Amino acid sequence: MSTGSIRIKGLSHSYGATAVLKDIHLDVSPGEFVAIVGPSGSGKSTLLSLLSGYLKPTSGVLERTGTTRTVHQADGLYPWLTVEGNLALGLPKLDASARQRAVTDMVGRIGLAGFEKAFPHALSGGMRQRVEIGRALCGGTDVLMLDEPFSALDYLTRLKMRSELCRLLEDQPRTVILVTHDIEEATQLADRVLVLSERPASIVYELKIDVPRPRDVTAPGVVDATKAVLKAMGYKP
Amino acid sequence: MAQCPELCRIVLHFLALDTKNIRNSINSWLYPSLTFGTLLLLWWLASSRGYLSEQFFPTPGAFVTGFREEVASGSLLRDTLASLSRVAAGYALSVVVGVPLGMILGTVLGARLALLPLLNFLRSLSPLAWIPFAIFWIGIGHGAVIFLIVIAALPTIALSTMAAVAGIPKVYFRVAQDYDLTGVHRLTRVIFPAILPQLVTTLRVAMGLCWLVMVAGEMLAGNTGLGYLIHDANNGLRLDLIVVGMVVIGLLGMLCDRLLMFLTRLPGIRWGYDR
Ligand SMILES: Nc1ncnc2c1ncn2[C@@H]1O[C@H](COP(=O)(O)OP(=O)(O)OP(=O)(O)O)[C@@H](O)[C@H]1O
Ligand SMILES: [Mg+2]
Repeated sequence: MSTGSIRIKGLSHSYGATAVLKDIHLDVSPGEFVAIVGPSGSGKSTLLSLLSGYLKPTSGVLERTGTTRTVHQADGLYPWLTVEGNLALGLPKLDASARQRAVTDMVGRIGLAGFEKAFPHALSGGMRQRVEIGRALCGGTDVLMLDEPFSALDYLTRLKMRSELCRLLEDQPRTVILVTHDIEEATQLADRVLVLSERPASIVYELKIDVPRPRDVTAPGVVDATKAVLKAMGYKP
Repeated sequence: MAQCPELCRIVLHFLALDTKNIRNSINSWLYPSLTFGTLLLLWWLASSRGYLSEQFFPTPGAFVTGFREEVASGSLLRDTLASLSRVAAGYALSVVVGVPLGMILGTVLGARLALLPLLNFLRSLSPLAWIPFAIFWIGIGHGAVIFLIVIAALPTIALSTMAAVAGIPKVYFRVAQDYDLTGVHRLTRVIFPAILPQLVTTLRVAMGLCWLVMVAGEMLAGNTGLGYLIHDANNGLRLDLIVVGMVVIGLLGMLCDRLLMFLTRLPGIRWGYDR
């Protein structure tokens, strides 16, 4: 079972003179799925970088337990490794045959059977994103950070990828932080949605979503949540 | 067995033959042949019609005679081997030292601060300026020429390698952190493969540089080799032999570049060119 938890108190971050995050408070419990939405440039990727330990916050407290892996907004696959090679990065030290079994298993789960030996540049954007998600889920990481993982995909593929992600998480539960521009994606997937303000960003709205899974985008609970988040972001139909 | 078709593919590629596209294969031989054929024809016409005086440039006939003479005496082979071995030694030394040095410069700030000005200084200085010292210190011959090659190629290789490391996207290092690629693994499994495509370009440029320096070095600090052949022929006013030296140097240089170009087809490197 996943063990990763996150605790943030009064966290702020600036790049030089540019204040990006201001006084963020957040607790994420093990196994929880939290989605973060907010305007472009508000500091969502910065927040993930802080949570992943890539950056140190300018001030505030950040405590986390467990290991972290990020699916990056820009291409994070190693282009010199094949699909197999990239997936194998995610695995702990196993003997060769166990490793091969685990890789083959993951290749199947992400629907890329037959592409084991392909290099990332020979895959489509959606296939690359699936490999990246698969790599992050290979082996046992506690916290999964997703930075707009489906933003490059068409609507239908996005819907498919959402259910694929849910299936993968069902088999191997994790704490998940999802950053997205897609409010519907947030409400369909998450236990809790956080809305960030414009820069310098703080959390201005928070919504718990208690709808049983698997959820459909058109499920009433999801639609209501989407409306509520849109309203919180200042959208008037 | 699986290696065999791969090998065949590489050889075919080297010969610029593409089994799937016959027209491409023909063209990749036809066009260069046309260029060289035209040049030869012009040369022949110009000298046979008397537009090109033998005092300024040898006739094709003289060139062939000179070439045969040099082959028969064995001195062309000797000179070629001397030049090749110097380029090989100087190049190998520059690569073996320059690439790791460049990787260190790219990753260790202190090393960069300390050594970058020196390397830039050396690179801005023509290697030929070292010829007097090369002769004082090492004496005319093998060692001096290799020294000149290294002093030219090493800073170039180290600086380009450093630039390649500096250009590695930040996300690769973040992924390395997530997947526990630290210490030596970060160097060998992230930094090195990430710079490979650019490294191959660097290696090709450096190879060209080695050939340039080799010729100049042998002319002034050598007593054998293709550069010395040209120098010696010049003293004896054997224009035909000068051209023999030039042709052999040009062809070998082309061959070396072609060999290095292969590296761009290797699976772990190709991504840098296919994007
Ligand atoms: N390395 C950096 N140096 C300086 N400023 C930065 C840096 N990275 C981001 N910023 C600034 O911080 C702000 C937040 O950037 P960030 O990438 O976190 O936004 P975001 O919410 O992820 O945006 P998007 O939705 O477009 O991905 C932006 O205004 C950006 O200009
Ligand atoms: Mg972002």
